[in-house]
Amino acid sequence: MRLKVKFFASLSEHTGLTETTVTSDSEATVLDVWNQATGHQPMPSNTLCAINMSYAHLEDRASDGDEIAFFPPVTGGSV
Amino acid sequence: MTARLRGSPFDPWQELAQYEAALAKGKYGACSSFVGTMRDFNVGDHVHAMTLEHYPEMTQKYLDTICAEAEQRWQLSGCLIIHRYGEISPGEPIVLTAAWSAHRAAAFDACRYLIEQLKVRAPFWKKELTDAGERWVHNAPGD
Repeated sequence: MRLKVKFFASLSEHTGLTETTVTSDSEATVLDVWNQATGHQPMPSNTLCAINMSYAHLEDRASDGDEIAFFPPVTGGSV
Repeated sequence: MTARLRGSPFDPWQELAQYEAALAKGKYGACSSFVGTMRDFNVGDHVHAMTLEHYPEMTQKYLDTICAEAEQRWQLSGCLIIHRYGEISPGEPIVLTAAWSAHRAAAFDACRYLIEQLKVRAPFWKKELTDAGERWVHNAPGD
């Protein structure tokens, strides 16, 4: 299956990636997608992820055509 | 309900007036609003500017979702979120949340819900420019 993978903020700098496409087997989890997209770079412990713009878990399985995103904890709004 | 992302400065008071003008007169008795503005200091350092990065499609989805949740939890006449992204200078508004209802309790509670939820769920990331260079911001409890 073909997946779009996005990286944001400090994770984009950490991996050197902003957006890429990977072809994975049908059993791939979000963690598998990270490993494939980054070439097995270590993942920062506070990394968050999303599947198709909804928060997800690293053990969740991706489906063909999904957009997988990795990013650090969010810091929006204001004090 | 309205949730908008803005890539350039906005006037929160004008936005409030404009949104309220479209609401049915006499149907609400309270409006509560919150405006978050960029400070020129953070954790003891002078901050010259900030870049607010976001994940556009997911951000819009979560702002819409948070507004919809507020409308389900409280009986509201109106619900508004406006959030900046991109380059921001000290003194510029970053975010506006507002809720209109028949009585103040629902307006206060819903307005607080909007800002507290977007802070922990909407995918924004702040990068500050200080005298020492650029740095990513990490939220502290209570921020």
